[in-house]
Amino acid sequence: MTNSTDDIRKIRPHTIIALVEDRPGVLNRVASKWRQRGFNIESLAVGHSEKPGLSRMTFVVDSDANAEQVVRQLDKLVDVVDIRDISHEDMVAREMAIIKLKSTKETRSQIIDIADLFKANLLDVSPDSLILEATGDEGKIDSLVTLLRDYEITELVRTGRVAMIRGGGVSHPELPKEEQYDRYPGVHTW
Amino acid sequence: MDNGDKKQYTGAQMVMESFIREGVDTIFGMPGGANLPLYDVLERGGVGINPVPEGVEPKSYPIKHYLVKHEQAAAHAADAYARITGKAGVCYGTSGPGATNLVTGIANAFMDSVPLVCVTGQVIRALIGRDGFQEADIQGITIPITKHNELVLDVDDIPRAMQQAFHIATTGRPGPVLVDIPRDTLQQKGEFYWSDKVQLRGYRQNGLVPDPNEIQKAADLIAQAERPVILAGHGVIISRAYDELLKLAETANIPVITTLLGISGFPGTHPLYLGMPGMHGMYWNNRAINDADLLIGLGVRFDDRVTGRLDDFAPKAKIVHIDIDPAEIGKNVRPAAAIHCDLKTGLTELNKHVKPGERTAWFEWIDEMRRDHPSIAIRETDEVLPQFVIDSIYRETKGDCIVCTGVGQHQMWAAQYFWYDKPNSFVTSGGLGTMGFEVPAAMGAQVAAPDDTVWSICGDGGFMMTLQELATIAEYDWPIKFAIINNGTLGMVRQWQELFYENNVVSTPLKSPDFVKLAEAFGIKGLRAERKEEVAPVIHAAMEHDGPVVVDFRVTYDENLYPMVPPGASLDETIDQPAMETAPAGKQEVKA
Repeated sequence: MTNSTDDIRKIRPHTIIALVEDRPGVLNRVASKWRQRGFNIESLAVGHSEKPGLSRMTFVVDSDANAEQVVRQLDKLVDVVDIRDISHEDMVAREMAIIKLKSTKETRSQIIDIADLFKANLLDVSPDSLILEATGDEGKIDSLVTLLRDYEITELVRTGRVAMIRGGGVSHPELPKEEQYDRYPGVHTW
Repeated sequence: MDNGDKKQYTGAQMVMESFIREGVDTIFGMPGGANLPLYDVLERGGVGINPVPEGVEPKSYPIKHYLVKHEQAAAHAADAYARITGKAGVCYGTSGPGATNLVTGIANAFMDSVPLVCVTGQVIRALIGRDGFQEADIQGITIPITKHNELVLDVDDIPRAMQQAFHIATTGRPGPVLVDIPRDTLQQKGEFYWSDKVQLRGYRQNGLVPDPNEIQKAADLIAQAERPVILAGHGVIISRAYDELLKLAETANIPVITTLLGISGFPGTHPLYLGMPGMHGMYWNNRAINDADLLIGLGVRFDDRVTGRLDDFAPKAKIVHIDIDPAEIGKNVRPAAAIHCDLKTGLTELNKHVKPGERTAWFEWIDEMRRDHPSIAIRETDEVLPQFVIDSIYRETKGDCIVCTGVGQHQMWAAQYFWYDKPNSFVTSGGLGTMGFEVPAAMGAQVAAPDDTVWSICGDGGFMMTLQELATIAEYDWPIKFAIINNGTLGMVRQWQELFYENNVVSTPLKSPDFVKLAEAFGIKGLRAERKEEVAPVIHAAMEHDGPVVVDFRVTYDENLYPMVPPGASLDETIDQPAMETAPAGKQEVKA
């Protein structure tokens, strides 16, 4: 556990994935811990996981500071079922962007050419605008956005990173059993 | 497991029934609009569904509610009650201000790992989020200062939520849990369902069994060590590992230092006991820690008040750390052997592998240090020194009492000049440092230990923060002895102004009321000692009085607290007590 700390520390940004209960206030609790320690969350993606009642979060935290302490504090939250920092692991990471641009008869085909280059989809076309959808790692999205700066981007939305470790292993390998603890009236357990 | 009959019960009845099943017998609290349903059922007991705990008559189960005058006191009293009994303390507050008044008490319990279950009323569901009268988002407010909290919106969830609250509060590293229930949910009816199993997939009870490799590593380190010290913290008391700690210290012959919250976890007059380390710790302890080759941290979190400048903390020592909380291991110091485990279990296991040791040279070094640096000697003077008062209380009571303190100089002196032989007899606010803790904490301690004498050592500043509870104390006639160390100033703050702000004394001198008359106004006996020779007789008079007593000890204004490690300095830079004509403090006499 402690051996990998120095490796983790060198890596920025940190990519952290967490399996959390799908109920009100969870995001609040998790965000509260990051805030308390002064970390700025660069991106955060949340959605349902493969387990009913559980959501998976992917955080990207850009900081030199050691995120291990926060991860351990987060792991203590009752609503956080499992959490790990996968920054130092071999992973696939993607994000999606939706980009709205002004376009004219002249620029439309140029923009579509660039989109094709990046395998971006055309979601919507109107006489004076179009919407592109692109998926890839942050670098790819950044490049696409850079190229599109030549045209007028009127709106840009990015989902933030979602990540998964490569290979057959799963991100949260020991899927938590439905652990049960005996609890008898009037008996405290400590 | 039982689904009970198919009868319908109100949410408030379910809360009460959950208390009964969790063995709750004491509640501190204050009613208000939103938690009135809880008070409505208070004296009627729970719902009485079979099976009830063995030997318990469901409807006559005595849950005693103590009405406080301010909710902060309810939380502090429940806190002290929990520290003394080891059970979860329970407190009630209504919505809005009732709940926010609990916040200081909750934060205090959180910092000191005290199991607390706070049940607050909330405005009715239709009003939540609409700025209803007396509405506060107490769940949101307490997220950073509770181990867990929950807003229960459905009556059927109440038994589960209550059970989980007690489970989370009392297991692992204990902490406060808040359950917020809207008034109409408390009045709503539903079926009572209680399971003997707690299901929480995000809350694993780990650290039940220590890692044998780490135990062996720790045992080897102890065997090799020539200059080891034990640093024992609150974990010893929380885990009730007194015997195991004593066995480890005596078997391996290792001196024991306790942190502020670890005090009374090891017998105070034991020859191996060295007292407290850190910012106001004994000079010899700070030197011993920085000279040790092995530091055994037991249930401690290496707080900044203990370590001084972290980079220079125990530079020569390898560290063995046993703690129930995995997030504490490696947080501030990097241990050579890390045992993530409940302390009692971990020490029991470790003790099996520990061999006797000699370490004569090490003890000689420590003894020399203690001889040359009498950190807690008391100056010979005709004035009434605060240290003298606390030392006198120790001598006159022979230490046979529970001591509660507030925060400041008097707290540190109570830690330095009192030698606690009785396990778990020192109740203080360590982590949060809450002035005003002393008064309500004494209430909780007295309720938890009705046969013990409770001495509350108060600062004149802190006492003013919670003195409204004298009315509560008078009402229930708790025979608490309040010793106000009245130096007419916020002493610790004044000391910092003197030492670190060029003696620019601002807003620290206090104009306090006449504490004797004040006590009498509450119907409590008031006593005063202004001269040295009055101190002992007044303490005796207080002890002989059956009911509560407030003693106003008029002590010198400008006494400073030593030893002291300046903030941000290393333990090596400990400033010891200035040289003086000395009289021996109590401990030496007791030992002789």
